[in-house]
Amino acid sequence: MVKPADQWKWQELEPGFVVLAPGSAADYKTGDWKSEHPVWNESICIKCGLCHIYCPDIAVFQKSTGYFAGDYDYCKGCGICSQECPTGAISMVEGKE
Amino acid sequence: MSETAKGKVGIEVSLAVSEAVKQCDTDVISAYPITPQTHIVEHLAELVANGELDAEFIPVESEHSAMSVCAGSSAAGARTFTATASQGLALMAEIVYCVSAMRLPMVMVVANRSLNSPLSIWNDHGDVMMVRDSGWVQIFVENGQEAYDHVFWCFRVGEDAKVLHPVMLNMDGFIVTHVVEPIEFWSEDMVRKFLPPFKPVHRLDPEKPATFGAFGPPEIFTEAKMAQEHALMASMPVIEKAWDELFELCGRRYQPVESYRFEDAKILFVTMGSIGETARVAIDEMRETGEQIGLVSLRLWRPFPFARFKDAVRNAEVLVVIDRAIVFGGVGGPVAAELRSALYSEKKRPKVVNFIAGLAGRDVQPDDFWQMLERAKNRVAEGREDEFEIYGVRG
Repeated sequence: MVKPADQWKWQELEPGFVVLAPGSAADYKTGDWKSEHPVWNESICIKCGLCHIYCPDIAVFQKSTGYFAGDYDYCKGCGICSQECPTGAISMVEGKE
Repeated sequence: MSETAKGKVGIEVSLAVSEAVKQCDTDVISAYPITPQTHIVEHLAELVANGELDAEFIPVESEHSAMSVCAGSSAAGARTFTATASQGLALMAEIVYCVSAMRLPMVMVVANRSLNSPLSIWNDHGDVMMVRDSGWVQIFVENGQEAYDHVFWCFRVGEDAKVLHPVMLNMDGFIVTHVVEPIEFWSEDMVRKFLPPFKPVHRLDPEKPATFGAFGPPEIFTEAKMAQEHALMASMPVIEKAWDELFELCGRRYQPVESYRFEDAKILFVTMGSIGETARVAIDEMRETGEQIGLVSLRLWRPFPFARFKDAVRNAEVLVVIDRAIVFGGVGGPVAAELRSALYSEKKRPKVVNFIAGLAGRDVQPDDFWQMLERAKNRVAEGREDEFEIYGVRG
C-alpha cells in the first residue's frame, strides 16, 4: 500500500478491497509478531545455509562475511532455523531483537 | 405489453430461467446439480453442448468449487451464473461471503429448499436465511414470469459499476421451479436495450496486475466492511431505476415492496415468495366479507428497503407476517424480526403478529390464511402479539 494500513479512510478503498499497488505485502512488517528472535554463534557456524533454506519467511540472509543473520522486520520467531541448525549455532532469545 | 415481445410460451419455469441466462449471453456457468435447482443447470448444459450458448460450462465436484469458479470467472470479467439450493448453498457459504466482499458481480438462482435434517427436498426459506447476512443483493419472485424477467434484472443491477455486487434470485423450489407457466419471452432487441455488456471496474489481467481478496489486518478491516455496507445500501437507486426501465420495456411493474389492496387495510399480511399469490386469493375472499385487509409482499430482501416498507404499512394496525423459516432459540421468524426492528423507532407502528408456516413444502392454502387471520385477531385481543406461532403444528 502507498500509505500505512491505519491511515486509509473507508471512502478511499478500491471496490472489493482490490489492491492495485504491487509488492504491498513488503510494507507489512510481520516481524512484530515474534516473542523470541534467533541469534547466531559464528564461532560454531559452518556456513551451511540450512537456516536460510528452511526459513519459511525468507527472513534469513547471508552476510558479506558468509555468515547468516535474521531480517527482524519479517522474522516471526518461529525457531525453525534454530531447530534445523546442525551445529546448534542458533539460539532463540526472548524479545523482538 | 411491448410490441417487440415474442408472445407467451408454455414452458417449465426452470427452463425459462435457463433460456434467460442464454439470452443474457452469459460467459461462464459453473454449478453442481441439486434438487430442486437441477433442471436449470441441466438445460444450460444442453444449451452449451448443442452450441446455442457460447459459454464455458464448468462442471465441478461440489458447490464450494462452483462458487469458487464463479469468483474467478467474475474477477476475470466474465458474465457469470450459477444456481443451487439448500445443502448446496450451505456448502457454498464460505465463498458466498467472499464474493460479495470482493464485489464480484454474478447471478445465482436459489431454488429455495429446506435445510436438513430431517432430510427434505421441499420448499421453504431456511436455505437463503442462512446467508441472509452475506452481503448479496437478494430478491424473491412469486411466479415464473417474475423469475424469467429477473434474470435480466439481476445481471443488470449486479454488474452496474455503481453496484458491483453478486445478486441472489430466490424462487420457491418446485412451487415455482417445476411448474409449467405461460411466459412472455424478451426479444433480442429488448435484451440489448436493457442489459449492456459487463465492464468490470477492476479485473484479473496479467498486463495490469492487482490483488483480489487481499489480507486485511485489524488496522483496515473495519474500513473495508464500512465500504462494503455503504456500497450495498447505495445500490438502491440503481435497483429502483432498473425496475423502472424494465416496466417501460415490457409493461410489468416490479417494486422493492409490492402492495395489494392495502390503501384502506387495517390488517396486512406480509409474505415473501410464491405464497404471496395464495395470499391474494385469500384476501379477495376476505374483502368480500368486508374485512379491511391487504398484502405486502417483500420482493427486495437485501438491501432492505426500509423507506418503502414503512410507507407501505403506514396506515395498518396489524401486520400478520408469515415466515418460511425459523430462528432457533431466537425471536421466531427472520422476516418478522427484521420488520419489528425496522418499525421500532416509529411513533405510530402496527402490531406485528408472526406465524411460521409452509416449512419444507407443507401446503399453505387460502383457508390457512383465514385461520391465521382469526388467530392473529385473537392474539392481538389477548395482548400476545409478541409471541410467534408455528402454524398448523400438531400436538
